[in-house]
Amino acid sequence: MSKILVGLKRVVDYNVRIRVKPDGTGIVTDGVKMSINPFDEIALEEALRIKERGGATEVIVVSIGPADTQHQLRNGLAMGADRAILVQSDAPIESLTAARVFLKLIEKESPHIVLLGKQGIDDDNNQTGQMLAALWNRPQATFASKIELEAAKAKVTREVDAGLETIEVDLPAVFTSDLRLNEPRFVKLPEIMKAKKKPLEVLPIASLGVDCAPQFKTLKYDPPAVRQKGTMVKDVAGLVAALKQKGLLA
Amino acid sequence: MRVLIVAEHSGGKLNAATAKCVSCASKIGADIDVAVFAADSAAVAEQAAKLAGVKKVLKVDHAANAEPLAAVLAPQVAAVAAGYTHVFGPSSTFGKDLMPRVAALLGVGQLSDIMSVEAPHRFRRPIYAGNAIITVEAPASQKLVATVRVASFQPVDSTGSAAIEAAQVSADLPAHTRFVSRSAAATGRPDLQTAARVVSGGRALGSAENFKIIYSLADKLNAGVGASRAAVDAGYAANELQVGQTGKIIAPELYFAIGISGAIQHLTGIKDARTIVAINKDGEAPIFEVADIGLVGDLFTILPELEKALG
Repeated sequence: MSKILVGLKRVVDYNVRIRVKPDGTGIVTDGVKMSINPFDEIALEEALRIKERGGATEVIVVSIGPADTQHQLRNGLAMGADRAILVQSDAPIESLTAARVFLKLIEKESPHIVLLGKQGIDDDNNQTGQMLAALWNRPQATFASKIELEAAKAKVTREVDAGLETIEVDLPAVFTSDLRLNEPRFVKLPEIMKAKKKPLEVLPIASLGVDCAPQFKTLKYDPPAVRQKGTMVKDVAGLVAALKQKGLLA
Repeated sequence: MRVLIVAEHSGGKLNAATAKCVSCASKIGADIDVAVFAADSAAVAEQAAKLAGVKKVLKVDHAANAEPLAAVLAPQVAAVAAGYTHVFGPSSTFGKDLMPRVAALLGVGQLSDIMSVEAPHRFRRPIYAGNAIITVEAPASQKLVATVRVASFQPVDSTGSAAIEAAQVSADLPAHTRFVSRSAAATGRPDLQTAARVVSGGRALGSAENFKIIYSLADKLNAGVGASRAAVDAGYAANELQVGQTGKIIAPELYFAIGISGAIQHLTGIKDARTIVAINKDGEAPIFEVADIGLVGDLFTILPELEKALG
């Protein structure tokens, strides 16, 4: 049995316009659509493709969150994952806690690959995969845009600031997905029906014996500073004049 | 308080991101040291020693440090971090890859994308692609590992003269991660991340062939070249040119958004630009809401005219 563990985070859908509560205590989430973090969806798609090519025998989707997160895990099962584990936590958790939870599940499941999104589109932290790889003492290949598996290792192309970087890692390893790794498949109705019968295990986070205490305290939420709308010019001459006036052209 | 900054460099050159990290650290009011991890760090260490406000530069030379592999660097950074209250790296792909691994080895959380320093342990950072800014307090009782959002800080001057020391680091370096290759497009143009001027093209360019007029204008202005996600996804421009939430976050003096409608994910990447110029045929495009100077019209007519006007 070679398993792939995939992390699916439940986040505010990427199409929702984010608003800060007027009292600055958080983000407006009442009645807002929740979805699988887009980067995690890409991670799951990659896991499914690896399995379809014979590189794994089982894909397990894992989430940490409130009971409602079962919806997102069912979506993952409908995409093609074999089973799901929800580590139930009503309080939000930090990346280091998430990494510790994943490590517990790794000890239990012994996957040869862990695939996560490079970041959640809520906190934009970009940490959990790297932290997990450190705690697990295994390789990390972050911001992956191509993963090629060979027997006990993988060649991964990573999107870095300078361009593309290729590294080789021994398995087991942690991969985090970038946008261009693949395009996730659409789920068809029969798969949604089938997903209802797939196993979904719920574990209270307290049962894992992981330190969940947050280290950081968020004191305040503010809306971003708004840029003032500028001036419209009629033609190229107007544009050049405006740039000169700002001292941007000699 | 003592801040350790992990230098980013390549090809013997210190990346400008490091001078911005020093700028961030200087707002904490602490001693600032910079550590350079390389196969031979002499040249980079000398550049780092010139950064104003840096007290000491630590050279950590090791053959395994020839390429910046997070799994190899992290245990060394964690070892050097002993005695420091803060450990900072840039929020570039280098820093984002490395710093969380360092934090986990030290058993602490990590703060991402510091955009301003309110107090030595209180910072502001963006979440939800910059659609909200939070003020976060880190525990003063433990080491703070963080990345610095480089677009939010001006680099410090190169007027300093810090001491340079070789540091001995004992850490087990893993062999499970190996560098293979890197493909960087050598364009001869200013680097997108640090350029004072940037010209970006969007979906309206229509083809990779048409995208050449963006390069042409950029060369006229001595500007770096960027692209919207739509243009990159359509294959008009290379991945590393993408500007936006999932690409590069930049803060040039002058930014040209050409044929870019202004999706939120793109605007997130250019919010800190000093002056934004938008050229688009759709007068209702959201880019005009944030542009300092807007011009509605056909870019294929406007750009040649503009180039001509620039002489």
